[in-house]
Amino acid sequence: MSDNINDPSRRRALKVGAALGMGLAAPSLIYTRNAWAANFRNDPTKAKTVMLGFNVPQTGPYADEGLDELRAYKLVVKHLNGEGDGGMMKTFKPSKLKGNGILGKKVTYVTGDAQTKADAARASAKRMIEKDGVIMFTGGSSSAVAVAAQSLAQEMGVVFMVGLSHSNDTTMKDRRRYGFRHFFNAYMSGQALAPILAAELGTDRRAYHLTADYTWGWTQEESLKNATEKLGWKTVAAVRTPLGAGDFSQYITPAVNSGADVLFLNHYGKDMVNSLTQAVQFGLRDKMVNGKRFEIVVPLYSELMVQGAGAAAKGILGTANWHWNLPNEGTKAFTQSFVKEYGFPPSQAAQTCYAQTLLYANACEVAGTFYPPEVIKVLEGYKFDGLGNGPTEYRAGDHQCMKDCLVVRGALHPTGKYDLLEVVKVVPRSQIEYPASMGGGELGPYIV
Amino acid sequence: MTHTVKRDRMLVGGFALAVLTMPVWMTPLGAGYPDLLQRFAIYGIFAIGFNILFGLTGYLSFGHAVFLGVGSYAAVWSFKLLSMNVLPAVLCAMGVSGLFALAIGYISLRRSGIYFSILTLAFAQMAYNLAYSVLTPITNGETGLKIERVDPRLIDTWLSGPSTLIPSTNFFGMPMSGYSGFFFCAVLLIAAFYVALRIARSPFGAMLRAIKSNQNRLNYAGVHTRPYALTAFVISGIFAGLAGGLLAATDPLAGAERMQWTASGEVVLMTILGGVGTQLGPFVGAVIIKYAENIFSAFNPQTLHGIFAFLPDPIEDVVVTVTGLFVGNGWQLTLGTLFMLLVIFLPGGVIEGARRLGVLIGRKTAALRGRRSQPLGSALPASGAASE
Amino acid sequence: MDAVLLQLLNGLDKGGAYALIALGLTLIFGTLGVVNFAHGALFMLGAFCAVTTHKLLTISKSVQDTSITLFDVHKDVPYLQIWWGDIGARIIDYAVPLSVLLAIPMMLLVGVALERGLIRHFYRRTHADQILVTFGLAIVLQEVVKAYFGANPLPTPAPEIVSGSANIGAWIGLGDALSYPWWRLVYFLFSVAVIGMVLAFLRFTTFGMVVRAGMRDRETVGLFGIDIERRFTIVFGIAVVVAGLAGAMYTPILPPDYHMGMEFLVLSFVVVVVGGMGSVGGAVLAGFLLGILQSFASMNEIKDLLPGIDQIIIYLVAIVILLVRPRGLMGRAGVMET
Repeated sequence: MSDNINDPSRRRALKVGAALGMGLAAPSLIYTRNAWAANFRNDPTKAKTVMLGFNVPQTGPYADEGLDELRAYKLVVKHLNGEGDGGMMKTFKPSKLKGNGILGKKVTYVTGDAQTKADAARASAKRMIEKDGVIMFTGGSSSAVAVAAQSLAQEMGVVFMVGLSHSNDTTMKDRRRYGFRHFFNAYMSGQALAPILAAELGTDRRAYHLTADYTWGWTQEESLKNATEKLGWKTVAAVRTPLGAGDFSQYITPAVNSGADVLFLNHYGKDMVNSLTQAVQFGLRDKMVNGKRFEIVVPLYSELMVQGAGAAAKGILGTANWHWNLPNEGTKAFTQSFVKEYGFPPSQAAQTCYAQTLLYANACEVAGTFYPPEVIKVLEGYKFDGLGNGPTEYRAGDHQCMKDCLVVRGALHPTGKYDLLEVVKVVPRSQIEYPASMGGGELGPYIV
Repeated sequence: MTHTVKRDRMLVGGFALAVLTMPVWMTPLGAGYPDLLQRFAIYGIFAIGFNILFGLTGYLSFGHAVFLGVGSYAAVWSFKLLSMNVLPAVLCAMGVSGLFALAIGYISLRRSGIYFSILTLAFAQMAYNLAYSVLTPITNGETGLKIERVDPRLIDTWLSGPSTLIPSTNFFGMPMSGYSGFFFCAVLLIAAFYVALRIARSPFGAMLRAIKSNQNRLNYAGVHTRPYALTAFVISGIFAGLAGGLLAATDPLAGAERMQWTASGEVVLMTILGGVGTQLGPFVGAVIIKYAENIFSAFNPQTLHGIFAFLPDPIEDVVVTVTGLFVGNGWQLTLGTLFMLLVIFLPGGVIEGARRLGVLIGRKTAALRGRRSQPLGSALPASGAASE
Repeated sequence: MDAVLLQLLNGLDKGGAYALIALGLTLIFGTLGVVNFAHGALFMLGAFCAVTTHKLLTISKSVQDTSITLFDVHKDVPYLQIWWGDIGARIIDYAVPLSVLLAIPMMLLVGVALERGLIRHFYRRTHADQILVTFGLAIVLQEVVKAYFGANPLPTPAPEIVSGSANIGAWIGLGDALSYPWWRLVYFLFSVAVIGMVLAFLRFTTFGMVVRAGMRDRETVGLFGIDIERRFTIVFGIAVVVAGLAGAMYTPILPPDYHMGMEFLVLSFVVVVVGGMGSVGGAVLAGFLLGILQSFASMNEIKDLLPGIDQIIIYLVAIVILLVRPRGLMGRAGVMET
């Protein structure tokens, strides 16, 4: 390589640099002009329609859950636009929804694949915000995704209504002003489950935890340990298992002869299906330890996982946010509407997503504007009923819905394909409530 | 020689022009929005760097995503501890991943072929598993490493006092979100492209190609090849670190899943899809895969009905049902089918396929005109794979 | 003592699955020189053979379910049960073992079709092309299964009689504390039997001899006028059947879903390489070795000492073995090193 080759290229590099500078300047001008034209991002005031973003896992292990969420979203859009039978819109109160869209604008939507990965979920959400111009986005079926999407929402100034997320962090450590969670959390599971465990299994038990080795698993393990140890239970061991281990036998066998008589499976999704199936195969449930029958507890249940585990889930205790056969008006209206549309009852993921969208739409109506800070102020502290969970409050301090929680059991004698869970008890809100300041974290500003 | 130099110059110039005008010509394709454009540029850098190792040297690393992940973590820690300026973050990312590459490369390059691939895979999987669980204090595990309001940010605090908000990333005041972020990434992509091209044309590049074609011959000739391969490995690791740093710069979050083997597999597929060893191939492959992931996945029956509304109703329904299998939740089916079709009918990737097509068309026109014309594809230097 | 013995059993079980998948993978490497990224997906297809068998046996008549009043629900009663009563129910109970009868011809068909239609054209292509096409194939297979069966895992229980656990402790005089699921014992024996059959086939038949010779030196075998390509089709078919059987019989342990193959893919590659590329014995040895090590690393005593060791043990062992023995446990020089 001689100088006469290098020299011109250096000169050219300078020229390219200058061109780049201009390239940089031009679009950023356009960008800022857009930002000034509207007083908030994706303001739909001048448009005929309002765009919502449904960001759910459509591929990967939680695809079925995501698709059920999507069904609920499509249904709620219909109801908001005044089509169909109205579903829970009829039972939701206080409500200003009229069935003519939101603030008179027809609701349309875009969908995206969150893949149950934080990166993919954020990429998909950014597409909705930057390209499709959504005023609100919602969905998801894991806490990692919820936390990531929620912080994106705060950065972008677009409201995010969390889908299925059970980790404490979502509304504790990682709470955000622009994120709202309707689903319950691990702490509530522990508080709800403990008295039932005491009643059914007694106060002298020795517990063994198998915990998915990541933050959600840890918070659930901690919540349950605290709640059960208050009952007088002892924790023999808490063993961490790698995510997606597939075969859990090497973790189950040590539990068999550990002297423990209760096994907690702090797993979710496929991990839960596998570990529960295998634990039952190891004969844990036929065993007598310390003069008591060995029991398995799955603190967080989901209908789809119960389907996956099949007979292994029979009689196993756990908690849930909602179930389609609850005897209240909202639940009945929603289930009937969903069954009419799709031919089978909705999952709890579908219900939480449906409720979230209605709540957001109603908040816009009450605020009289789409301007996010005003909408957020309406949602904060909003008390409502008729969305399937009884009287509920969106707490202002941490954006967590406070409501009753279900303790459920895998149905012993399921008569059909869908009644796989039976509700053991509806635990009242007062029993699972905690101060909004718990867990730290700060919501951040209204205007970003 | 001068001919090559001239052609290279045209190539870089053309590449720069194409990349910088992406916001314009990607818009009709539905991809003209900042986030996806940023991703095109970032994963382009990742794939171009990977190609230096795989395309030139012939070493197939199956754990390259580890450098992407490490780069992201390093960048976010730089945001947390030093400053929200992306300059130190990107430098940190490149430095730390370079060190990782040195260590992993030093061990893995003791073996070649599939044994090397499995060694890199093993390192990456260990990093992923540990980052997800045991190393949570450093990586924040599942929820990913984020910026908090209370982070120290020593330089920023020293310059302008503690922040009342969660600040956003910037390059001396230029925000890293939106189009300015894209142009920042695009400039670095062009620089990366240029560096990769210079490496390929240099004597060092020639040595790397020699390692690929016949390592034994070099060893018999008394040439110690490992230092060269290690250098290539580290350079490629630094490229990946840069890409990881930019991912964090445009979106200040780092998660362990960036290091999972699927992420490593993705960059392998990008490179092969575009064309191993070609200059443009890796970038083209990155664009295709990211486009499929972000655009095809977003179609739903509602949008499909909108697209095919011009058809008569019964036909529209059939068309929507059939295409519906390939988009939305079936977008991966499109990707899989695309992989198979491309590799079956256009072996050597998109670039090589385009070249062959060009030659074919060139021959046809030449036959028509009765004289030999310059093959179209020859403007794209297909070094490496094609020349051997 | 009990704990160690139990972990050994767990390891053997896991090792059986690893070895079965790796066996086919290494056969394909060794004979055809093809890197088959679709092998995990073929394992998954095998598992869905069991699901299909179960579905076929439970083709049902829809009966109004009177227990739910909120909306109309129909309950499915399998025809087999309607026609044959208890015997029908018994047949349905044995769906998983019976699925082997479906899996063998199905997977053989799939294997031969794939080899003839696709893989054959990639013998002389670069490994990069092979990876791309087989990975594409894996995705297509997965998505097709997902489109038909959904993404949720499907429970496929073992027959009632072997769904509990065996009291091994009592057999060997160690007391009641030692019990192990019957089906896992069945699976272990099954994997040993299949491995034994494949090894015997390669060892003691002329066909196997030719294949082994072809693995060593394809060109020389070709010079003898032997049509090695036709035999390769059969080898590929065998590898696919083995993966399919491994999948079908694994379903009671791991409720299958469309994604399960990908998780086994990486692991089985590690197993193959640790065993040594193209070495059938090496793959089996490495499969059992890694399975057992993984089980022992998960014991609480060891995890307390080295946190997180259970998550990385397989990869750590792979690195150490490859550094100490350059070509894996039983690999030969020159196979897949370029």
